Amino acid sequence: MIKAILIFNNHGKPRLIRFYQYFTEDMQQQIIRETFHLVSKRDDNVCNFLEGGSLIGGSDYKLIYRHYATLYFVFCVDSSESELGILDLIQVSCCSFEVFVETLDKCFENVCELDLIFHMDKVHYILQEVVMGGMVLETNMNEIVAQVEVQNRMEKSEGGLSAAPARAVSAVKNMNLPEIPRNINIGDINIKVPSLSPF
Amino acid sequence: MPAPIRLRELIRTIRTARTQAEEREMIQKECAAIRSSFREEDNTYRCRNVAKLLYMHMLGYPAHFGQLECLKLIASQKFTDKRIGYLGAMLLLDERQDVHLLMTNCIKNDLNHSTQYVQGLALCTLGCMGSSEMCRDLAGEVEKLLKTSNSYLRKKAALCAVHVIRKVPELMEMFLPATKNLLSEKNHGVLHTSVVLLTEMCERSPDMLAHFRKLVPQLVRILKNLIMSGYSPEHDVSGISDPFLQVRILRLLRILGKGDDDSSEAMNDILAQVATNTETSKNVGNAILYETVLTIMDIKSESGLRVLAINILGRFLLNNDKNIRYVALTSLLKTVQTDHNAVQRHRSTIVDCLKDLDVSIKRRAMELSFALVNGNNIRGMMKELLYFLDSCDPEFKADCASGVFLAAEKYAPSKRWHIDTIMRVLTTAGSYVRDDSVPNLIQLITNSVEMHAYTVQRLYKALLDDISQQPLVQVASWCIGEYGDLLISGQCEEEEPIQVTEDEVLDVLEGLLVSNLSSPVTRGYSLTAIMKLSTRFSSVNRIKKVVSIYGSSIDVELQQRAVEYNALFKKYDHMRPALLERMPIMEKTASNGPTEIVQTNGEAEPSVVEPKHPPPVGQPASQVKNTVFGLVSRCLSLMAFYLFDLSKTVNFLSIGIPPMTAYNKNGLKIDFTFERANPNPNVAVITIHASNSTEADMTDFVFQAAVPKTFQLQLLSPSSNVVPALNQGTVTQVIRVLNQQKQQLRMRIKLTYIHKGSAVQDLAEVNNFPPQSWQ
Repeated sequence: MIKAILIFNNHGKPRLIRFYQYFTEDMQQQIIRETFHLVSKRDDNVCNFLEGGSLIGGSDYKLIYRHYATLYFVFCVDSSESELGILDLIQVSCCSFEVFVETLDKCFENVCELDLIFHMDKVHYILQEVVMGGMVLETNMNEIVAQVEVQNRMEKSEGGLSAAPARAVSAVKNMNLPEIPRNINIGDINIKVPSLSPF
Repeated sequence: MPAPIRLRELIRTIRTARTQAEEREMIQKECAAIRSSFREEDNTYRCRNVAKLLYMHMLGYPAHFGQLECLKLIASQKFTDKRIGYLGAMLLLDERQDVHLLMTNCIKNDLNHSTQYVQGLALCTLGCMGSSEMCRDLAGEVEKLLKTSNSYLRKKAALCAVHVIRKVPELMEMFLPATKNLLSEKNHGVLHTSVVLLTEMCERSPDMLAHFRKLVPQLVRILKNLIMSGYSPEHDVSGISDPFLQVRILRLLRILGKGDDDSSEAMNDILAQVATNTETSKNVGNAILYETVLTIMDIKSESGLRVLAINILGRFLLNNDKNIRYVALTSLLKTVQTDHNAVQRHRSTIVDCLKDLDVSIKRRAMELSFALVNGNNIRGMMKELLYFLDSCDPEFKADCASGVFLAAEKYAPSKRWHIDTIMRVLTTAGSYVRDDSVPNLIQLITNSVEMHAYTVQRLYKALLDDISQQPLVQVASWCIGEYGDLLISGQCEEEEPIQVTEDEVLDVLEGLLVSNLSSPVTRGYSLTAIMKLSTRFSSVNRIKKVVSIYGSSIDVELQQRAVEYNALFKKYDHMRPALLERMPIMEKTASNGPTEIVQTNGEAEPSVVEPKHPPPVGQPASQVKNTVFGLVSRCLSLMAFYLFDLSKTVNFLSIGIPPMTAYNKNGLKIDFTFERANPNPNVAVITIHASNSTEADMTDFVFQAAVPKTFQLQLLSPSSNVVPALNQGTVTQVIRVLNQQKQQLRMRIKLTYIHKGSAVQDLAEVNNFPPQSWQ
């Protein structure tokens, strides 16, 4: 079972953190720090598989990671997984990185770190289509991308996260404003009503 | 109140912070703004605020005040709200917070929503962090969705079901009907998650396992299609079609085929096919191959397939990837017992792994190497292993040394080679050998009678070089004590004899006594050795002096020994030669090496007094007069204790097989006592004891024995050919019987002797052997 998926940069700043097992906030940050510590020490040409140390509280884990440019993608898997089971998990997990990263690529058109930074929520949604509950859900990239795109479109049609102003604009646009008289003739007084530009 | 800033703006702002303190300040400010916004119950901006909160949470700042807001978002009608709300719930909430139960109703509604993506969100959340109560409440909904034709929902429902089963195992039955046609799906996503679900169910319940065995043909078919089908762009990873699914199916097949002949047979073909057709240039191929190998080893596969699997593992050993090598070594270790010959073929590769830099690989390679040693390759393997012993880390040395001793004992091609190997280990890794190796080695040396001169010479030379390694020093001083006369006589056939004088030898031994490097045990050994040399050397005065000095040693053990040896010089000088003569050959008890607990004798002082094995050379103990028997017995037993220092492993008494009387006629009684020879348990070692109760001695006593054709007999030389009268002593002789077929032991014996001037001859059958002697 995948316990956590962590993405952080070369300085250890987290870019995406997803835990599939409950840890307190402190533990989470601790895990992130320790993982970064372990992973950043590694040479680039050793294998991408670490038997991580034990953390406080005795929870221990194994790490499978890949280093792409400025980002580390780390999958923490639990150690109740037998040693022998790890190998396929490496490959499976590495494959799901590749799927994941390539999916990101497709969604963001050659993803770079900035994309991940500014679209943290989108990355989460993509990840949700790949891994669910600590298990691999879907590996077909086209499927994943298609599903994410449909949902993004749904969001956009509602106005997205930055909902308010756009909605207000479209709401007003759709309003059926009654004709405003240009001239109000009430006998002697001649009031000129300025023309309001539509917005 | 101005509209809360957008997520992107917040991120931008935070990134401009140059210090941690600045960042913290910005975040606190924003949190305050978010809090007041929450208080205002603003529906429009809630999603934006929660998104920001999640970002801050990722950076490590507390965000618990947003939990309830997530719930409100989930309850909203908008997809955007729900999306971020569920994400927030998954990141911020878990079953430990009471708040989470409030979600149950929302999730229930959303599971029945008209939009599949909302349903998907609900399934995802439930499958990630649903508590047991939630799972119990919502299992029915999940089960319904498991039967839907919508593949997007079906695959999510399958994984959600796995989570439900993990949380509430009793609900597993509920999902059984829905699994009926899961495997007939075309959609790979659904197939994949279905196999995961089936695997979970099979792992948890043997009944389910039995039930799902019927799916094996279907699984085999699916796997076949994956391999045989051409390039499929959707599922392709590095040229292999949906490796994830292949790996999952292989694992499920393993679980289903284990212990079941029919299922295993159904899988044999496909496994062979996968094993031979998978491309191994990329990691992905290796993963599939590896899973295939594990499956082949676990199920009841035919031998050809197993050999194929082992060969694949052998190829893995040559792979550059360390993980693959490590894992291959571990798997080979598991299979070396059952498929020994197949693994032997990869011996050279395994031995190469001894030189790897990775510590775990080295250890595995070492264990595997020892498992592969046999009579044919012992010389070559030992060379490699000794080289490894020289250069490996200290943590390995103890295990390696023990392994070498064991292997040498089992397969040594010659005694000289054996002793050389032991010497090599002692000199290179002497401080790391286990404590019980010392008695074992001493016993080995004692029993290699023809090598005594050579051994003592080599050990002496080793002592001259280095006295820091205690096991080496102990063995060496024992040997010098025993065979010092051979050392100074300069007779050695195997090697160039060295010229040593008595004084030089005593110098070395005394040096051990005073050296700081010697442990108390070692000192004991060297004092005893010096004492023994008093009968072998002529410089007795020097020895007497040394012994008397240590009579006042602070070390109690040394003191006691010295005092008793002194007594030996003074009062019992006439007994000294008898007591200090050469050790007899010892029979070993079963000992499988350092990993087994060494059999103790029970008593600290084996009673040598009962002469089951009287010294073959020199005066028999029976010369000792009865009047001082008491004292002598004590001395002898003490002597035995000191002289042996082996009381832990050597067992002079028979091990549990009761003795029997084979013959009793005309005053001649012959008793048989039994021991098991080691290492061959089919050999029974019988010692005959002939005693004479008449008033006249029986001279020219000859004992002969014959056994049925299925046995083999070896008669060693008797202790003497005079059986003294009036039970004053016994003649003993050792018979070794090889009973390969474990048949009932029978023997015909023939006795000839001269009694009172006339020759007597008798034949007898011995049939009353106790069952333990031949079983």
